[in-house]
Amino acid sequence: MSDTTTEPKSPHLIDRVVIRFAGDSGDGMQLAGDRFTTSSALFGNDLATFPDFPAEIRAPAGTLAGVSAFQVHISDHDISTPGDSPNVLVAMNPAALRANVDALPQGATIIVNSDAFDERNLAKAGYEGDPLGDGSLSAFTVYEVPMTSITTESSKELGVKPRDAERSKNFFALGLISWLYTRPVEPTVQWITEKYAGKELVREANLRAFKAGYHFGETAELFESSYEVKPAVLEPGEYANITGNTAAAWGLIGASLRSTLPLFLGTYPITPASDILHELSKHKHFGVRTFQAEDEISGIGAALGAAFGGALGVTTTSGPGIDLKSEMMGLAISLELPLLIIDIQRGGPSTGLPTKTEQADLLHAMYGRHGEAPMPIIAAKTPSHCFDAVIEACRIAVKYRTPVLLLSDGYLANGTEPWKLPVLEDLPTIDPGFASGPNHVEDDGTEVFWPYLRDEDTLARPWAPPGLAGLEHRIGGLEKSDGAGNVAYDGANHERMTRLRAAKVAGIAADIPLTDVDHEDGAEVLVIGWGSTYGAIAAGVQRTRARALKVDQAHLVHLNPFPADLGDVLKRYKRVLVPEVNLGQLSRLLRAEYLVDALSLTQVGGIPFRAAAMETAILQLIDELAADAKIEADEEGSER
Amino acid sequence: MTDLTDAVPVPLTTRKDWSSDQEVRWCPGCGDYSILSAVQMLMPELGVRRESTVFLSGIGCAARFPYYMNTYGMHTIHGRAPAIATGLATTRPDLDVWVVTGDGDALSIGGNHLIHALRRNVNLTILLFNNQIYGLTKGQYSPTSEIAKVTKSTPFGSLEHPFNPLSLALGAEAGFVARTHDMDRKHMMETFRRAHAHKGASFVEIYQNCNVFNDGAFEQITGKEHRADMLIPLVHGEPIRFGADGQFGVVMDPDGSVEVVEVAAVGEGALLVHDEHRENPGLAFQLSRLSRGPYEPTPIGVFRDVDHEEYGEQMTEQIAAATERRGPGDFADLLRSGSSWTVG
Repeated sequence: MSDTTTEPKSPHLIDRVVIRFAGDSGDGMQLAGDRFTTSSALFGNDLATFPDFPAEIRAPAGTLAGVSAFQVHISDHDISTPGDSPNVLVAMNPAALRANVDALPQGATIIVNSDAFDERNLAKAGYEGDPLGDGSLSAFTVYEVPMTSITTESSKELGVKPRDAERSKNFFALGLISWLYTRPVEPTVQWITEKYAGKELVREANLRAFKAGYHFGETAELFESSYEVKPAVLEPGEYANITGNTAAAWGLIGASLRSTLPLFLGTYPITPASDILHELSKHKHFGVRTFQAEDEISGIGAALGAAFGGALGVTTTSGPGIDLKSEMMGLAISLELPLLIIDIQRGGPSTGLPTKTEQADLLHAMYGRHGEAPMPIIAAKTPSHCFDAVIEACRIAVKYRTPVLLLSDGYLANGTEPWKLPVLEDLPTIDPGFASGPNHVEDDGTEVFWPYLRDEDTLARPWAPPGLAGLEHRIGGLEKSDGAGNVAYDGANHERMTRLRAAKVAGIAADIPLTDVDHEDGAEVLVIGWGSTYGAIAAGVQRTRARALKVDQAHLVHLNPFPADLGDVLKRYKRVLVPEVNLGQLSRLLRAEYLVDALSLTQVGGIPFRAAAMETAILQLIDELAADAKIEADEEGSER
Repeated sequence: MTDLTDAVPVPLTTRKDWSSDQEVRWCPGCGDYSILSAVQMLMPELGVRRESTVFLSGIGCAARFPYYMNTYGMHTIHGRAPAIATGLATTRPDLDVWVVTGDGDALSIGGNHLIHALRRNVNLTILLFNNQIYGLTKGQYSPTSEIAKVTKSTPFGSLEHPFNPLSLALGAEAGFVARTHDMDRKHMMETFRRAHAHKGASFVEIYQNCNVFNDGAFEQITGKEHRADMLIPLVHGEPIRFGADGQFGVVMDPDGSVEVVEVAAVGEGALLVHDEHRENPGLAFQLSRLSRGPYEPTPIGVFRDVDHEEYGEQMTEQIAAATERRGPGDFADLLRSGSSWTVG
């Protein structure tokens, strides 16, 4: 900070930065983060985001409980996580500082709204003294900016009441950070102009606050210089920055178009799944029917009823909702009708942590129904992958006439990444293959329709929605006779039907890709994960490789059935590490299925894994193997 | 999906065409048999197609019904048939969707789905077989069992005030609400015919005798020798009057409640004239409360028949309006509906 010249300086080039915007739930931090992300995306950076907000809509202002944060990682190269720890923290009040300061590495930059650091707010945040003055932040570079007062001042002449004017301070912060990281101004100005078109005063106040923030950075001589993160080299094409939930919604529309099945979503609002309903309800011109049911059971029930009628039936939920839907999933398994259940996992048990991520529903997805009730499971691994995962889940559901459970989670649902837009025609076709006529001849020569006469290859039964004469049939939750599908209580038939249902699901393994291993010759450690740990594992693997050490990565999209070669793959490694945001669910399945000593790395803190945690765990395994090898070599030596 | 155009005439059918090949397995003497007969005999008269007809049910004795109908059908899970039917009826407005349920299925485990299907006015014909007992689980009290009822699960008598199914349906503002009973096939057929003709949610309570676990529950009003004095036929536009000689009638009191009177005491002109089409369900609700149970004179017939726009139709209209306004969905446009940018 010795350089105080006012000459305009060219920005410092940096390859990446992680910024966390933090403030009160009502401070608009999600919006500020989101806008910063959008302008970075338009600028061409690779990026990943992590919104982290409380379950309460408006927790008491100024308290730790009310802190809402948005972390964004922008980079000039390919990245896979929103970053382990922020390089920059924007703290709109003492609580935001206190809640986030422990996440900062030494040397990080903190920009605080100094106006909010009064006695009252400090006390609410639990500070006894003022951290800005007591030297406790000496490991960081701290910038004190009176954001509230400058924001209020900037719109004074508009006649906006100070209380209202203050609300624009998130745009001030956005403006300041936009200057600091040389973001284009135009997209944000345009967005504010359009967004608040009907509210002139608000629009003007926000614009002024945004510009005031930008100009403050430029002229206040507080900052040594600004920074620039150059665009990343991405594959040519058209991109959008997309959340997992939007990707899932668009995937459903894509699957509907590719299958020519009308889309029906039956659902009940629940965090963090509701945005799929919100998004789909906007697109009725695709023939989409959205049904906000009276409860979770009705949501999936209506979706199943729609599937019986020949629609692409879908339900979305999270946490407690998946428990409530269990019985209907069992019915769908028994009816053998296509149905998609999307579970946006969150912290449990019970209400748990509604806004925090977890991936602890895997065993529930596998086993959470009475009776032998096998169901295919697909897991999305990144926000944009939710699109592909939905298409794949629909493909399996329709082809095999089965409910499919798709697992996403709060982190994927709300997180974003740039996504190369697909072309509809390149998506897999999904053939509904409805039954068109009788499929069986009785002894007396009459042609009849047997609803449980299976396809020899897929073991799928015919799908015959009402409307076709001659195919009238009754199905239900009672056990059915193999073939004819009439109610049947005899044990031998039940045994056959139970094994057929299991074989049908197991047989899907022949219809999915083999395990995709990111392989390096000589690697003895495999890190295998599923779901949203993908980014952190990939980053941890890259860091390990950057040390000239070898490690392989595999990530499972199909969790039931597993890829056909998975057992062989696992057995190739001396160590198999399974990181999960639960207490070890996939590791348990892998151990049970393949008798491999899968090592579990777990955390359930409501936040995603950090790449550093992955790296540490991988390095430890490599060290162990090296030590083992040394002992072996020594023993061999002494034997000679 | 097959497009069933009117160009192909509805084939003439008989009861046999509507009966499946499955052996009916209710207890001998069960009231369900006569309800099944009434429905199977009615279907050929409705001018509808078997392939466009779907019977859905939940769990309970009544819920076996779909297996016996030679139509499309689904025997679902306990209490959830209205939810499943809602999904089917809203996506397939071309179908006739019937829901067969019982007092436990519809009013206990599935109470929530029932009231919401009625409130939304989903195009369903709901037949509630009320026998005031749990039959399939062998004789526990149900949500319509009378107070103090002694059953397997209430050896000292039930403490619970029963639901009045019609009051509940009217409270949910169902557009079509009616009651009939299993001893009168003609009345059943006429009531079902009306329920089927009504667009939107129709709700029919059928007093049904469970001769094994609750025999004679309705005998005091539906027995041939009692009917004239104990059943009050509701006829639209007619004074509400009953009794072997028409000696009884129903009047409305100044406080809006209704009561049974002797016609001779009040004069014919004082009798309440039944109006099914009254928009306000209040009077129909009062009529549903006229009898405290099947031991007092009890109205049967159509309590309410009011047309409101049907749920699935409205959903279809929203889709048509959105398509009209924005054109049919274009996937490429959808992907670009947020901010998008081009690389390279």
